[in-house]
Amino acid sequence: MLRFAVRRLLGAIAVLFAISVLVFLIFNVVPATNPAARIAGKNATPQLIKNVEKEWGFDKSLPEQYWTQMKLIFTGKATSYSLAHINIDKRILEGIPQTASLCIGAAIIWLAFGIFFGYISAIRAGGFIDRFVTVIALIGISMPVFWLASIFLYYLTYKIELFPASGYEPLSNPVEWAKHLILPWVCLAVLFAGFYSRVLRSSMLDVMNEDYVRTARAKGLSQRRVMLRHVLRNSLIPIVTLFGLDFGVLIGGGAIVTESLFQIEGVGYFVAEALNQQDFPSIMAVTIFGAFFIVLFNTIVDIAYAYLDPRIRLGTSAA
Amino acid sequence: MSATPETAPAPSGAGAGPLLAVENLRVGFATEDGRVQAVDGVNFELEPGEVLAIVGESGSGKSVTAQTIIGLTRSPNSHIEGSVRLSGDELTTKSERELQKVRGSKIAMIFQDPMTSLNPVYTVGKQIVEAIRAHDSSIGRSSAREQAVELLGAVGIPDAERRVNDYPHEFSGGMRQRAMIAMGLALEPSVLIADEPTTALDVTIQAQILHLIQDLNRSRGLATILITHDLGVVAEVADRVLVMYGGKVVEQGTLDDIFYDPQHPYTWGLLGSLTRLDQPRPHRLPQISGAPPSLLNLPKGCAFRPRCPHEFGKCKEVPGLDPRLPEDPNHRDRCWLEPEQKRKLREIEGRIGLEEPT
Amino acid sequence: MSDVGSTSTAGGPLLEVTDLVKHFPIKSGLLIDREVDQVRAVDGISFSVNKGETLGLVGESGSGKSTACRAVLQLLKPTSGSVKFEGQEIAGLSRRELRPLRREMQMIFQDPYASLNPRKRVGQIVGDQLKIQKVASGKALRTRVEELLERVGLSPEHYNRFPHEFSGGQRQRIGIARALALGPKLVFCDEPVSALDVSIQAQIVNLLDDLQDEMGLTYVFVAHDIGVVRHISDRIAVMNHGKIVETGEADQVCEHPRDAYTKKLLAAVPIPDPRESRARRERAGTTG
Repeated sequence: MLRFAVRRLLGAIAVLFAISVLVFLIFNVVPATNPAARIAGKNATPQLIKNVEKEWGFDKSLPEQYWTQMKLIFTGKATSYSLAHINIDKRILEGIPQTASLCIGAAIIWLAFGIFFGYISAIRAGGFIDRFVTVIALIGISMPVFWLASIFLYYLTYKIELFPASGYEPLSNPVEWAKHLILPWVCLAVLFAGFYSRVLRSSMLDVMNEDYVRTARAKGLSQRRVMLRHVLRNSLIPIVTLFGLDFGVLIGGGAIVTESLFQIEGVGYFVAEALNQQDFPSIMAVTIFGAFFIVLFNTIVDIAYAYLDPRIRLGTSAA
Repeated sequence: MSATPETAPAPSGAGAGPLLAVENLRVGFATEDGRVQAVDGVNFELEPGEVLAIVGESGSGKSVTAQTIIGLTRSPNSHIEGSVRLSGDELTTKSERELQKVRGSKIAMIFQDPMTSLNPVYTVGKQIVEAIRAHDSSIGRSSAREQAVELLGAVGIPDAERRVNDYPHEFSGGMRQRAMIAMGLALEPSVLIADEPTTALDVTIQAQILHLIQDLNRSRGLATILITHDLGVVAEVADRVLVMYGGKVVEQGTLDDIFYDPQHPYTWGLLGSLTRLDQPRPHRLPQISGAPPSLLNLPKGCAFRPRCPHEFGKCKEVPGLDPRLPEDPNHRDRCWLEPEQKRKLREIEGRIGLEEPT
Repeated sequence: MSDVGSTSTAGGPLLEVTDLVKHFPIKSGLLIDREVDQVRAVDGISFSVNKGETLGLVGESGSGKSTACRAVLQLLKPTSGSVKFEGQEIAGLSRRELRPLRREMQMIFQDPYASLNPRKRVGQIVGDQLKIQKVASGKALRTRVEELLERVGLSPEHYNRFPHEFSGGQRQRIGIARALALGPKLVFCDEPVSALDVSIQAQIVNLLDDLQDEMGLTYVFVAHDIGVVRHISDRIAVMNHGKIVETGEADQVCEHPRDAYTKKLLAAVPIPDPRESRARRERAGTTG
């Protein structure tokens, strides 16, 4: 297990390094215009452009450029010129509690509903409930987040003032915190819940045909026990895979639309701002930040696999 | 759950009837391509201590018959008719809940592939404990575990105290099948259904598992239904044999009846195509031409007709499963030929076999 | 049948395997893998196959018989040892050097369901190698494939069908047609009948027999079922734990086995004769 974890960690570091090089090359080498001018922003003075050129190492060789820029980003000294001279790393760190509040809440909702609907759909496969759940899931998958958010905002905060329209309250006031987050949670969770229920349904239908499920029935276990302990338990691997990736993307700033529409100034909100201003240092930092979370959750998924399937746990010793 | 009424309990001293009686069992499945009659009128009785072999190829209905006995083929698209009685207690009309009490506790079943028949994510011990506690939740986890260790030891797993905590993939194929048997025996059932229990195993392991089943059969009076395609296995352990083809029983009799006086040409074909180590090898293996029929469009009349070199006009009608030998009313077959003709036709180069079609 | 590769070395064995070894390393280590042990799948085996004969290779799962097969065919790179085909050393040849030899040595696989590409038509499956090796094309190719299909007991009309439309036995016939397409001299049959129904097994065994007589094929027949192996083979080699423990004439090995493992293997095979098996049980019972 230690060997597995150490190797996985080294792998993760290698992947992150590769991503940082790739991001660096895309932003610095590919564009034809002067990168320093773009960093300095639209109304920059020639002096500012010069300073930026020096600060970001554009007057040096490519490897040195890479080193300088990574140093800026990783030591928290990168400043955004287009976005009111804010410190980029600080801005990202400030966004984390908001993004985490949004994503964790939404994840609980989508996992609960996705697993619940997938489960009842699978055990009633072909029946009325299955078809009903299928339709609901497909509606959920097809509703664009921006549309759903707009509907929510119009009807539930403007027409009936059930929820506050937007913004974020820190967790120190839990009631307000939750009240502000319910709509964004639901908005973000709907698509995933629908999607997960479909994946779980098909995974469970596959597992139901396994020989060991027949054995479980032949032992005289109750239908519910067979379904929960043998079918559902063995169907969770694809769900865990998806969850690791999806959650990593969202924590890393992927909830752009939801955060923007509900004015939750998290990482995703910052991504939207950076994209709007084409602020290249921010985009670069956020991309690396996002990649970090995706790689992190992938590693967690791999370790979760070993828990879910003992054959993987001992995979190396079994010849 | 306590409100579930027990259906008419058999008289406790049910010495009269057989342990297991299957009467005119028919199992049909609705599929996209039409209705499939997988089992079409199977009858047999089983007594304690007896081994009944059901022999057939893929699609013969042998596995469906076995699984239907404990209700594993029940589903919205299956249609089950006929009767299965365990000590006089009708099983086909029982609710799913009631049937769960029978499965595993009174009738146990083991399957072909021990590699896939145990859940890979739970330890072997945990799966045995689960079986025990499913039928008697008053047994504590630790005493159920002790029982599991004992059972594993009884079926010949060395160092059971330690191996009980192993996952199935840490067991060899033969040990997994032993663990399956241990799990089946946990509640001291009266009937064991073994569906191709040795097909996936090596011959040396197969011999061990067959001996184990035989031992249990003798020492515990465990009535056994052995589903197999391998006549060698049948010869080793069975007392009586049913030969199935296209969902129907085509011949049934004692072990010696089937091997030394087979009445149905399909049985001749099966016996003839064996590669026997105890006899000089023939120049060519006698073979049955064609392939087993698709259950979606069974031939009219005798299902074996298209592959049978002895087919004649009458074969367009389905022959009944009747006793055709005056001296032996328990040996039945579905073939229109006269017993005298049969004895002549089945002799091929001094052995029993099926003539090659010209 | 066009006779390709005319280097017929009369007299000598068609295939000669000497001290063939295939070990799989077991690697371990925290950061850098070091070889800590080996699985000795094939541990120094030697045998030869004469032209026109059938050598049966029998053993239980894990005995190394399938690995041996693949190592001989150079589908797996042998760890050491020599494999001579028609007197020519083929162990260690590159892929490109092996290509002409692939026409001469073919393989029939166990699982007729998994070994045929489900998206290809039968005609393509059988004819592809003819095309790749530029033996035939266009109309000639089609005629050739249809002949082959007929030869293995299928109908020429099956040319445009897909594998899933066939039964297990018919698929194995397709697999045989594919193996024979290039007119090989040596055919490795890896458990060719063990996935088939009893009544179909005999058909395939007989077909292989007939094809051998007609085309002068040489077989290496690998199987766990010693009864089938004995029926089809002239000579038998028994494998256990990566080694050949006994080689000999088929009847000799089955009737008078010398090696303890062969004896154990034969004793475990059930005899489909109730009186015989009762007698054997009693003998076993009295001797202990």
